[in-house]
Amino acid sequence: MTLIRISDDALALACGADAVAAAFAAAGCTVERVSSWGLHWLEPLVEVGGIGYGPMAPDDVSAVLAGTSTKSIGMIAEHPFIARQQRLTFARAGKTRPLSLDDYSATGGWAGLTRARSLSPDQVIAEVTQSGLRGRGGAGFPAGIKWKTVADAAASHKYVVCNADEGDSGTFADRMLMEGDPYHLIEGMTIAAYAVGASQGYIYVRSEYPHAITKLNQAIVLSADIIAPFRIEVRVGAGAYVCGEETSLLNSIEGKRGEVRAKPPLPAHQGLFGQPTVINNVLTLAAVPHILLEGGAAHYDSHGVARSKGTMPIQLTGNIKSGGLFETAFGITLHELIYDIGGGTASGRPVKAVQVGGPLGAYIHPDRFDLPFCYEEYAGVDALVGHGGIVVFDDTADMGRLARFAMQFCAAESCGKCTPCRIGSTRGVELIDRIRSSPRGADSVELLPQMHNARKAGRSREEDIALLEDLCETLKFGSLCALGGFTPYPVLSALKHWPEDFT
Amino acid sequence: MGYEPQVDFGTPEVQSETVVTLTVDGRVVTVPTGTSVMRAAALTGGSIPKLCATDNVQAFGSCRLCLVEVDGMRGTPASCTTPAAEGMVVHTQTPRLAKLRKGVMELYISDHPLDCLTCSANNDCELQDTAAQVGLRDVRYGYAGENHLGLEADTSNPYFDFDPSKCIACSRCVRACDEVQGTFALTIDGRGFASKVRRPATSLIGASSGRPWPSVTVSYATDVTPLRSRPLVCSGSGAR
Repeated sequence: MTLIRISDDALALACGADAVAAAFAAAGCTVERVSSWGLHWLEPLVEVGGIGYGPMAPDDVSAVLAGTSTKSIGMIAEHPFIARQQRLTFARAGKTRPLSLDDYSATGGWAGLTRARSLSPDQVIAEVTQSGLRGRGGAGFPAGIKWKTVADAAASHKYVVCNADEGDSGTFADRMLMEGDPYHLIEGMTIAAYAVGASQGYIYVRSEYPHAITKLNQAIVLSADIIAPFRIEVRVGAGAYVCGEETSLLNSIEGKRGEVRAKPPLPAHQGLFGQPTVINNVLTLAAVPHILLEGGAAHYDSHGVARSKGTMPIQLTGNIKSGGLFETAFGITLHELIYDIGGGTASGRPVKAVQVGGPLGAYIHPDRFDLPFCYEEYAGVDALVGHGGIVVFDDTADMGRLARFAMQFCAAESCGKCTPCRIGSTRGVELIDRIRSSPRGADSVELLPQMHNARKAGRSREEDIALLEDLCETLKFGSLCALGGFTPYPVLSALKHWPEDFT
Repeated sequence: MGYEPQVDFGTPEVQSETVVTLTVDGRVVTVPTGTSVMRAAALTGGSIPKLCATDNVQAFGSCRLCLVEVDGMRGTPASCTTPAAEGMVVHTQTPRLAKLRKGVMELYISDHPLDCLTCSANNDCELQDTAAQVGLRDVRYGYAGENHLGLEADTSNPYFDFDPSKCIACSRCVRACDEVQGTFALTIDGRGFASKVRRPATSLIGASSGRPWPSVTVSYATDVTPLRSRPLVCSGSGAR
């Protein structure tokens, strides 16, 4: 009986994987539901004896079984999109059944945890530090230093919190990992808990990820004995982007309003319920099992460039021909990612801009596509690596409108605590509208005779642009958290590179 | 008897067996470990603009007017939430800070009534004082943007009125209910631009019971100010 492997990842399901799976089952095949390879433009992707077929529809089943299908992509593992990658965090992608403990163990699962437990907590932290692993949520803070701070804090209770509130536009790596390889995240969290002395962990997942929530809950039950005495619970968000900000997330887990906390105190000192807390992104924690293998830290550190070590699961999306998950060492250029790997735009039109690092990331002009993917290089040009999401836009994109969207997004998602973000984002939307329409005259209030100090002359476009730049400075340096603080990146980069789109 | 404003050091006094010595605008000051930069500056006689901070509740860090520059530190940290550290060199008055503070104040005033002269808080208003302190002379956004000016005042409490159009959402009253009174009688409802102080629907003394506003803010008000005047806890003149 032919063994057919089809992903049960949410993206594959949305593309019709269930119907394809049912058609193969009806044709007498054994169907195994596995994780996704991350070849998104080929979903639903079917694997038969290592050979991939996609995108599949139920009508294609007979041709595949008869060996006459034109949808073959050859051996999946040898497909250029896969072969060019360096998959450490996503080593199992496409290969295992997500909830199978047998599959997990057979592919090296729990080896990192077993070895970690044979070391002292200090040694575990030293290896994580040695690996050069930095926070993959966007801030890039060295994971080992964060863990050490929590380990050194004296407290009766400590927590490990996984930030799985993956809300950035163009990101899906956390979701793929939680749906496709949940034990891997659980193993990483358990290692963190052992290293810092935590007994309780929480995974804070956005509510928009129902499949991930189901898988995680099942995986937690199935692996409870393996990770004991550590315990993990899932907490589901309520739809606020700002709850991906770590202190806001902690408030949300505590059942409070998802409002950002001022730092200090750092969560590592006073985090969840006021206790020392490791809070890391899914991808940070999922990088840990590999690092804790014998020689894993040095191997991880051997990837990447400068201070950006290891691999990054980059997510290629937007207007791109071949979008999907591309895990690679730091240092790769946008040119390689977009043209060599992604095949250019899906529309076939020229690339105008890419936004890297989510809705608060800068729009990068094709002139800078030589920029190596690296925290410092990106920071040097006021751009963000962020969570590794890359959204491609073709030449029909209106950058002025996208700048307005950045302000609108900030206004919609602001927690409302700090003034620059709470009021400034709304003023930003109005200001960009004003710049893009016509120079404004004095408004009805300013024209009142009793408004003696108000300027009666209109404001020129140049003056309004200067005001937009000042507003961005107020947001960048005045905001309490990165939501307000980073909103200027997309706005100012759009204004700088595409000023013609603001007329 | 006139109203004698007391010095507000911005954040509560900290007890500690150890001290740190820092320099604020060239003045050397020694404070208990854990004291905020804002309080240390106030102890030297300095005055950092602030609206959400007050020394009878914990630092909150929301108004973003108290930003300072610290040698060797990135950006412009808020002085209320930044603990003083040994050897720290703090600058509270620089052109960069002046611009940022004015920028924040410009945002506040773009959504605030302009009839100060007939306001019950006139001349006893931290928002007014701070606007003067940062030297705001022009609101370049104009006054025609989205605003809260049309919201109706809540006059259901016999002791004070709440005027949401004047509220600057500093959360002082919310925090006083929590930290001082322990009643948790108020909260911020909504988010972003729509954030608004209100009684939680399920509060013991909340609107759902038909009872009026809690007495928490009033106790502040009546300590030193007459009825129908502005409670001390309110920085933006929303409650009066």
